[in-house]
Amino acid sequence: MGENILKKYDPTATLHEIEDKFQMFQILNEEGQIVNEEANPNLSDDELVELMTRMVYTRILDQRSISLNRQGRLGFYAPTAGQEASQLASHFALEKEDWILPGYRDVPQIVWHGLPLAKAFLFSRGHFMGNQVPEGVNILAPQIIIGAQYIQTAGVALGLQKRGKKSVAITYTGDGGSSQGDFYEGINFAGAFKSPAIFIVQNNQYAISTPRELQTAAKTIAQKGIAAGIPSVLVDGMDPLAVYVATRDARERAVNGEGPTLIETMCYRYGPHTMAGDDPTRYRTADTDNEWAAKDPIVRFRKYLEAKGLWTEAKEEEVIERAKEEIKEAIKEADQAPKQKVTELIENMHAGEMPYNLQEQYAIYKEKESK
Amino acid sequence: MAQMTMIQAITDALRCELRDDENVLVFGEDVGVNGGVFRATEGLQKEFGVDRVFDTPLAESGIGGLAIGLALEGFRPVPEIQFFGFVYEVMDSISGQLARLRYRSGGTYNAPVTIRSPFGGGVHTPEMHSDSLEGLMAQQPGLKVVIPSTPYDAKGLLISSIRDNDPVIFLEHLKLYRSFREEVPEEAYTIPLGKADVKREGKDLSIFAYGLMVHESLKAAEELEKEGYSVEVVDLRTIQPLDIETIIASVEKTNRAIVVQEAQKQAGIAANVVAEITDRAILSLEAPVLRVAAPDTIYPFPQAEGVWLPTYKDVMETAKKVLTF
Repeated sequence: MGENILKKYDPTATLHEIEDKFQMFQILNEEGQIVNEEANPNLSDDELVELMTRMVYTRILDQRSISLNRQGRLGFYAPTAGQEASQLASHFALEKEDWILPGYRDVPQIVWHGLPLAKAFLFSRGHFMGNQVPEGVNILAPQIIIGAQYIQTAGVALGLQKRGKKSVAITYTGDGGSSQGDFYEGINFAGAFKSPAIFIVQNNQYAISTPRELQTAAKTIAQKGIAAGIPSVLVDGMDPLAVYVATRDARERAVNGEGPTLIETMCYRYGPHTMAGDDPTRYRTADTDNEWAAKDPIVRFRKYLEAKGLWTEAKEEEVIERAKEEIKEAIKEADQAPKQKVTELIENMHAGEMPYNLQEQYAIYKEKESK
Repeated sequence: MAQMTMIQAITDALRCELRDDENVLVFGEDVGVNGGVFRATEGLQKEFGVDRVFDTPLAESGIGGLAIGLALEGFRPVPEIQFFGFVYEVMDSISGQLARLRYRSGGTYNAPVTIRSPFGGGVHTPEMHSDSLEGLMAQQPGLKVVIPSTPYDAKGLLISSIRDNDPVIFLEHLKLYRSFREEVPEEAYTIPLGKADVKREGKDLSIFAYGLMVHESLKAAEELEKEGYSVEVVDLRTIQPLDIETIIASVEKTNRAIVVQEAQKQAGIAANVVAEITDRAILSLEAPVLRVAAPDTIYPFPQAEGVWLPTYKDVMETAKKVLTF
């Protein structure tokens, strides 16, 4: 009998040693105080106000979307409240030329990147015009197949690299999504090609009802970057400044040709998984909800800005009113979208000539539609 | 003109397109310095550089994602899946994503991707190398599926596939890679997708076939001629969409038809051809349209290929049933 190699090399100790290195990066604590002055991005006053404005606006967008969904005026909707720092501060670090490959919960990022709100609502309802992205807005429609956006991001990033562009492709998934094969293949491909990609895992603690602990024995999701040989960081996803800095630095690495980064944002969704009947009280306790409510990204950012004299209740009211007004207008605009026709769906299938089967079916539906 | 095998014609088509369009990218497992496991990409990396022809990690799904992402940045990707039995790993990227890219973006984005992949039996490959899975692809709206049977067709169809602005699945039969040579023009030429080709004219029976089965059908037709039957052999070349015009014209001439495929009877696309014929030309038929196909089992262990794969003898047997119905 030889010696037990697990004892000799003690891989468990190595694992714990590595895991312990993934400490959560934070700049702003729950009280809105800077706890990491060295890392403070020192955004200008205007930038700070703009980021807060977007976060407040998006919280209202979430509240209104849930309400519009309940009234039957929206369809598929995945709530975002609680993830404003994770979604919007990461987006705030991007440039217009950057590509976004969102998951189904990541509508806010593509809206702030240039997708008109009325189109976002049409996406929710299930209308192809919602996915007709305006020219020059580098986004894809929200991806429903969890993980697919990751491998596609590796491709877009390689494309940007081959074109010699100084921009990045960014993508988002959730904690559950990190269990998918495409998650791993995506980060591994981008690593192997050293492509300018930013992979964000928004760890909101639950994949529908399945807690994060059931996804993996790994202590952090960030450490999964090690498997791809790429740097990764664990960030307080309820802290806008920390998320901004992590994304900004990952972007800088990427455009300098140093390859991709994986960012885990530790956050929480206050609402259900989607509005299609999920009931979080079945799998979450009020205690957990309250614990995370205390970490609210808007609350802590508000405190920080108020202390700097950059934010007031009146200012917040103004943003809320503007959001409500624009949402009302956008819903009206979405209402005005013409009903979809089968002939239009057929027209969107192929760039080239229609195959015979679609030509025949086009003629049949054209006839039906003319009646 | 030069005498080329099908694999040489394929390499030649790739070379033409890499030369003519700087957006064309060839990538996959071992397609670079190695020149591909069947030498389909031989010499291309040397000629066009590692930026245009490159190897990837061993992950079909990732290759599919890479192709979609590169297409979004304006490239014209020509990825390879080493054997089509491995398509299950990349089904989402092909059927769930690529095929839908244009539609789901309301026409905002195109997907000019050609996926090349070998398949087909008769060369004693290990498990999951030879399965005929074209039927899966043919069921996915948004895809075109091309299967050449000759060097000449392979080159013209591959150039057309690469130039097409929609996704094309280009399936290359392993047994046809080097089984014969024929005259192939050295310059670029195209063969329209969705167009069948009458490989042999006849008036008593139409045989519709694709891939290796075209050659088994031609052999059967020769044998049947010795028995006094005039048999037409139509090579479908594109199995989705079908060339309805050519198929129906042939049936209306001969009034009898069979459909020949290497795939299992419950798979492939023969049932689709039969349905189209009965929909459109039932009054021309003197007999039911019968199918030649493999048994509905998993693809055989290599030593059983000889008794399992359809051959010209099966084609003759079914042809006679229809001719003497």
